[in-house]
Amino acid sequence: MTLDVSAIKKDFPLLERDFNGKPLVYLDSAATSQKPRAVIDAMSDYYENYNANTHRGVFGIAEQATNAMEGAREKVRSFINAPSINEIIFTRNATESINLVAHSWGRANLRAGDVVVLTELEHHSNIVPWQQIREERGIELRYIPVTDSGHLDLDDLAATVDGAKLVSISAMSNVLGTVTPVRHIADIAHAAGALVCVDACQFVPHLPCDVIALGADFVAFSAHKMCGPTGVGVLWGHEALLDAMPAFLGGGGMIRDVTLQGFKPAELPWKFEAGTPAIAEIIGLGAAVDYLSAIGMPAVRQHEVELAAYTLRTLKGRFGDGIKIYGPSEASERGAVFSFGFGDLHPHDISQVLDEHGVCVRAGHHCAKPLMRKLGIGATARASLYLYNDESDVDALADALAAAADFFGL
Amino acid sequence: MPGLEDLYREIVLDHYRSPRNRGELPVPPSHRAEGFNPLCGDEIVVYVQVDGDTITDVKIGGQGCSISQSSASMMSAAIKGKTIHEARALTRAFKSMMSIHETALEGDDPEMAAANLAVKLGDLEALRGVARVPVRIKCATLSWNTLAQGLDEAEAEA
Ligand SMILES: Cc1ncc(COP(=O)(O)O)c(C=O)c1O
Repeated sequence: MTLDVSAIKKDFPLLERDFNGKPLVYLDSAATSQKPRAVIDAMSDYYENYNANTHRGVFGIAEQATNAMEGAREKVRSFINAPSINEIIFTRNATESINLVAHSWGRANLRAGDVVVLTELEHHSNIVPWQQIREERGIELRYIPVTDSGHLDLDDLAATVDGAKLVSISAMSNVLGTVTPVRHIADIAHAAGALVCVDACQFVPHLPCDVIALGADFVAFSAHKMCGPTGVGVLWGHEALLDAMPAFLGGGGMIRDVTLQGFKPAELPWKFEAGTPAIAEIIGLGAAVDYLSAIGMPAVRQHEVELAAYTLRTLKGRFGDGIKIYGPSEASERGAVFSFGFGDLHPHDISQVLDEHGVCVRAGHHCAKPLMRKLGIGATARASLYLYNDESDVDALADALAAAADFFGL
Repeated sequence: MPGLEDLYREIVLDHYRSPRNRGELPVPPSHRAEGFNPLCGDEIVVYVQVDGDTITDVKIGGQGCSISQSSASMMSAAIKGKTIHEARALTRAFKSMMSIHETALEGDDPEMAAANLAVKLGDLEALRGVARVPVRIKCATLSWNTLAQGLDEAEAEA
């Protein structure tokens, strides 16, 4: 294996703990990742040693807090190769980042009849905000279809994006694991005059991300899926675009001046950061970026491709047609997230038995109901892996599945 | 796996593997109600045929996990031939086993409420283990809530 996973596991306090005498087999990183000690410590350090509000204090610890927060912004900028720190907006999560685009850019630019293109594999976070704008503005939504193999069907892409103002797509499906051809879609979208918004919630934690190479105009992601804390997300956008957009939430922090007659917004990035930010969490995100950078995102990706190949091989080898794994069958075309059906067992029952064996998987629709409908299923079980998982975790999953088959008499 | 055996009693698995009263009834004269658990996509369809005060037939459709399916199956067996009143009392007793204590309905006298608690759950007792797994309680109560809708409809029409 590319990564020294046994050393990495030791960085994560929760993975070191015993649950009923055994370490936890955590296979739900697509929902949220575990946090390394460095992240937890960075946040405690802020609270214990320099807790103060940012940007307005002149005293020492306020300046220290401001520097730490702005330092995290620079770390994030460099991590995704953004041209300027003015383009790194801290939000609460990816959902809020997409809502910011929909409500600020969308309201300023979308009129009745305008077209926004999504795909059938989107998370609800990248569907509902656009449906809200549709209700308000009467825009048209089009969807790039998904094929049976779990890929985007791009045959009619040029026609689909023709006349569109925006194409908003996931870079990696949280259900199928499909890594989508963002650059290819972006090129065609740009040729048609559309902007491109990328839901990179499952992408940034797992693959090297260069927002310029990706061809994106906006990129949204959450800290909590990339070893960082909950409560902070990122929106990146081209500076000129962000500059031209109206502020989203109003209040303290986002203004240059306020009179009784009106307000002037602050410069970027603060224009979009109303209210006291999640200072500790932003500092924690900075530590998460340091952690991932030290390991190296190309190595993380390579590890996950190897692990995905091992998982596909192991589950197919042990259960044959008894297991149905959704999404691409090639490890190189996907991330290490596996939605599956097992015999005729309901995902709830699968995850219940797995839990008994200390294996954490998720059961449900994974916030992608349109995709589940397309696949013709109500729910799946989903195992999702990360840099701290290795073959032993996959074997534990397979053993627990075998026990479930036994228990329910498959 | 003691925890699992407590949740998935043999009789629960039996109802899951061989569900009773699967099928449909003609609407009308029957009433059809649909229940949905948005969390996991489980769907239950309950058909009730009510004559006078009595539930003369029940059929169950839909799909879901072992707990929701077996609960629906056991429910169908338990309420067939009972009065609407008895079925409602059984529903309250079942829900209270699931640690859901509904406030007494208007017009319910306290004596009746006490009597509900004494309702015999029979096979349904086998689902008691679900109460200890909070995320599954919704699965177990789905068919009961759906039944309640069906009965409301039947009564509204009567
Ligand atoms: C692809 C994708 N988009 C968006 C989200 C939403 O992330 P959050 O809940 O952190 O806003 C998720 C996480 O579940 C996701 O997997």
